[in-house]
Order: sequence, then structure tokens, then C-alpha cells
Amino acid sequence: MPSNEDWWLDEEAGPVVRPYQLTQGRTRASGEAFDMVATVIATQARIADPGGLGPEHFSVLHLAQIPTTVVDIASDVELPLGVVRILLADLREFGLVTIEAPIPMKAHQVDRDTLREVLHGLRGL
Amino acid sequence: MAYGGYEASGAVAARRHRAIKILLAGGFGVGKTTLVGAVSEIRPLRTEEPLTESSKHVDSTAGVERKTTTTVAMDFGRITLREDLVLYLFGTPGQERFWFMWDELALGALGAVVLADTRRLADCFPAIDYFERRDIPFIVALNVFEGSRRYSVEEVRTALDLDPSLPIILCDARSKESAKEVLITLIEHVLYVTDPAVSR
Repeated sequence: MPSNEDWWLDEEAGPVVRPYQLTQGRTRASGEAFDMVATVIATQARIADPGGLGPEHFSVLHLAQIPTTVVDIASDVELPLGVVRILLADLREFGLVTIEAPIPMKAHQVDRDTLREVLHGLRGL
Repeated sequence: MAYGGYEASGAVAARRHRAIKILLAGGFGVGKTTLVGAVSEIRPLRTEEPLTESSKHVDSTAGVERKTTTTVAMDFGRITLREDLVLYLFGTPGQERFWFMWDELALGALGAVVLADTRRLADCFPAIDYFERRDIPFIVALNVFEGSRRYSVEEVRTALDLDPSLPIILCDARSKESAKEVLITLIEHVLYVTDPAVSR
């Protein structure tokens, strides 16, 4: 007999594991904060004991083999942004990824050539 | 060039994307998802909404907190203009209870589009206030719905009390060309506000 927490679950309900179970209940990433469009790059380091890492860590690490932004990873693994941040911070602690701050792109920081490139690119879409 | 290709060995050269964040604000049902989908590859992105403010700093050991969160789906689109130049579009609901999401999105954002429906113009007041207070350049795009009365751009400008230099354009969020024009208008506006001497 299913418990009353199970009966309404179907494929529409999404993953049955609650997001923060993947992070042992942590809601905040360790270490220095990083932007959602920061670039994540796998270091190719090997670690002796990956015991502290779960399958989701490896999914994230796999995506970072090519420099990828935090939001793109979150979107690809279909986990909430906050969960992915925690997984990435773990990987960083293990030395498996580096996370590089984005090039500043606020209106008063971005160079005009970049903006013209954007205009050109948009017109060509 | 700093943006060379990857090395064949798999040792990836450190390489940062030029990632441009554009925000898309507007009330529920105004066409944000439609507009993002018209011009970009729309992708799933979820984030978290804190349910309670309480228990902050209480019982907090090693980042474990009692804060309860629920996930919120955002409109997220990506437009790759060049290999190293990517536009990220973020649309989130305009209600004030979602401001916690805007605060993070607004960090480092290039500019914003306030998408408005003339039948519910007041819905975009909070977004306009938000971007004005943070000095984030924005434009207003009026999504023209069938059956809605066509107000003139100037009527809308008066109603929203917007500066004459702030672009207000009509758009059809379903149309790729129209959505492109919205983004082009925003970028041109950013060029303008960052250098008023440039003719438009």
C-alpha cells in the first residue's frame, strides 16, 4: 500500500529525490561565491578518494570538461541553480574544477566594440 | 587572441565566455516565455524561492540551515552570437515576491526589457522602479495582443511617466523578427546611455 506521500507521484512530478538531499541539506555553497555566468572548467585532476562525491557531482564535472557557465550546467543537468552551486563548490574544494569570474559586462563596463558585435550578431540571426 | 581553440590533448585552455545577461521583466501572462522562445533556444532553468525568513543564523552549522525552499521555473534563453560571445536572457515573474531572484540576476546585467501589456500597464511599474533605482538601462516593449486597444507609444510614455529618451516599442512576442528588434533596440539604447554623444 503506497503511503500517502507516494500516491500522487507520476512522471509529471519530476525527480522523486528532493533537490537538497543531493547536497545533504546544505542550501549554501562553500567557499568564495561565484556568479551564475561564471565559467566552470574541469582541471583534469585525479583524486584518490572520490567517496564524498555523488553521481550528480560527476554529471556536473562531465559538463565542465568544456568551459561552461554555471547556468548552462544547471540547465543541462536540470537541477536548481542553488543545488548546482553547492555541487560546484564541492568540486572546487576537491580541486576538480576552477570557477572563473565572468568578464564584467554591465552597461558601463562593457566595451563598445563588444556591443557592436552583439548588434551585428543579433541582426544576423 | 585569448580565445583560442582547445588543445587536442583535452587540456583545456582557460577561456572565459563573454556572457551578456539581459533581463526580461513583466507581469504574469505578458508573453515573456513566448518572447524568449521566439528568439533563442529556450531551456529549462530552476532556482529556489525561500519560503521562510526565520531560522536565518539560527542553528546554522557548516552551511546547513533550516531554510525551506521551493523551486521556481524561470524563462531562460541562450543566444550564441559567436563562440565566445553569448547572450543570456532571463525572464522571471514581475511580482515583488520574486525580487530575490532579480537581485541576483541584476548583478552584472547589461540591461533589461520591460514587457508590457497595455491592458495591464500598472503591472510593469514595479519593474520600472526596480531598474531605475539600480541604474540598469531598460526599454519598454509593448506586446500587442489581438483585441487589445492600440494605445500610442506617447500615451503609454505619459502613463508610465518615462523619459522621452527611453525607447518604447511595439512588438509581437511570437515573432522572431520582432523579438530580435526588441533586443537590438535595447543594445542600441545601452550604447546611447553609455555615450550620449553617439547619434542613434
